[in-house]
Amino acid sequence: MDNQNKKAWLYLLPALIFLAVFMVYPLVDVFIYSFEESYNFASQTYNGVGIYNYSYVLHDAYFLQALKNTFILVAITVPLSTIIALLISLGLSSIKAVRNLFQTIYFLPYVTNTLAVGLVFMILFQKAPQHEGLVNTVINWFGGQSIDFLGGPYWAKMFVLCLYTIWVVMPFKILILTSALASVKQDYYNAAKLDGASNFRIFKKITLPMISPMLFYLIITGFIGAFKAYSDAVALFGLDLNSAEMNTIVGYVYDMLYSDGGGYPSYASAAAIILFVIVLTITCINLIISKKHVHY
Amino acid sequence: MNNSIQYEKIEKNAKLRKNTVNVFTYIMLTIWAIAVLFPFYWMILTSLKSYSAYSSETVPQFFVTSPAFENYTEAFTSVPLGQYFLNTLIFTLATTAIMLCIVIPAAFAFARMNFKGKNIVFTLILSLMMIPNELVIITNFTTVTNLNMRNTLAGLILPSVMSVFYVYLLKENFSQIPDELYYAAKVDGTSDWKYMWKVMIPICKPTIITITILKVIECWNSYVWPRLITDEQAYYLVSNGIQEIRENGFGRDNIPRMMAAVVVISVPLIVLFVIFRKKIMEGVARGGTKG
Repeated sequence: MDNQNKKAWLYLLPALIFLAVFMVYPLVDVFIYSFEESYNFASQTYNGVGIYNYSYVLHDAYFLQALKNTFILVAITVPLSTIIALLISLGLSSIKAVRNLFQTIYFLPYVTNTLAVGLVFMILFQKAPQHEGLVNTVINWFGGQSIDFLGGPYWAKMFVLCLYTIWVVMPFKILILTSALASVKQDYYNAAKLDGASNFRIFKKITLPMISPMLFYLIITGFIGAFKAYSDAVALFGLDLNSAEMNTIVGYVYDMLYSDGGGYPSYASAAAIILFVIVLTITCINLIISKKHVHY
Repeated sequence: MNNSIQYEKIEKNAKLRKNTVNVFTYIMLTIWAIAVLFPFYWMILTSLKSYSAYSSETVPQFFVTSPAFENYTEAFTSVPLGQYFLNTLIFTLATTAIMLCIVIPAAFAFARMNFKGKNIVFTLILSLMMIPNELVIITNFTTVTNLNMRNTLAGLILPSVMSVFYVYLLKENFSQIPDELYYAAKVDGTSDWKYMWKVMIPICKPTIITITILKVIECWNSYVWPRLITDEQAYYLVSNGIQEIRENGFGRDNIPRMMAAVVVISVPLIVLFVIFRKKIMEGVARGGTKG
């Protein structure tokens, strides 16, 4: 027994070392950082302990902008992408021909580099040397006015960011929902049809309850993912997100840590912990709601 | 008589309704398919336009008559795209290999061995799954900086190795192997190490392939950590390379060449996807999440 004990720990040792060094220690440390006031990165000294870092971050205009951007992004993309994904998955499960082809195509964004494809979205909305860019050209065809999507009004920029975010998160949602729909037993549908239930009623009374666990899983992970948005914004607007007014909370953390205005791990830590608290709160609210509505 | 006419009418109506619904479904699905594919089309198309043709078009052109393949060779010669590629390849292979070497024995220990504190350790490790990367990355950044490992492969690789979720996924799979097999092997005098290699790993090959592919995708697309830890071009990964190109690569206007670089960066994963389509989609459905 003792021998097996030792051996088991030996098998676990590499994993435990990595976890201790790169996860557990940092986790403790980030809280310490966030309370150390006027920490100096070069000399690694600090002046006192307190909540100054939090109050600094919460009063920083850039952080408030990032907070606003992130909340708008979450509020728009999470419901919209979930609803569209549900519609598409319902469509997918009702057809037979070319279903595989569609599924393969829909999954493509998952395996692409967010930064790289973000550049494609950028040029779709950006001005070219001699014309206004593809999207604006299309808008002009329909008689609309050109919009400077990437450098212009706030809502235009937010629109592009939301659009790209939705494009990026769709593959995962479609995949999960299609497999959830496929696992609903055909018997239920046949029984309902026999009783003459309408399609909408079947959807509301059978499909939705049966896939509700997966749907809530998607909503929860969707919220968590959307709150961590960052690289999509970088791909579209470049590294200086603050001047583009398009920074996100995660972007703020990294900017504080390391960039032109960086070198403030204390502020970065405080911002990261604020983000964590927000995400935790939202996730708990989600879980409470899901307890009431999900049928297991 | 009258009844049968009614039936025909009802049937006809039902069929008509079904067909309209079907047509709408196909239209919706096709629209989304186009929305997904169009950026890829535009990316390839733009990468084949010559710079002069691109900058002189007054209306966006949807076709290209004389493809300019030199964009691709220039993308490799005017920025160290080959270097970015090599870095990413080494980073991806090394990270994935080390990850497997760590995760497999750990999962084996949790699934197969009895030791004191097993449940507590396993619960603690599982609870680490909830910790977002953003929280730990700050200290990791200082750790790596203090160890003078900025702009080194070790600094890039080591903090990216561990994935708690894969330990969990593999442990679940290992646990499904019946105990009888283990006792039989024990009777034959097989050591634990050999049993893991000769029995468990072959049986759980599908799961191992799945986590390998998921990790490869994750590594190939990783951006945040490499950006923090490298500021010398010689250590850039493709994501940082493309960002560098975007900021000040080809003179910011040479969009066609930029798109050629984007195509080159996107191709490896798309090829991987085409080959392992089923495995990847299954794997992601079981355990993938993305941003």
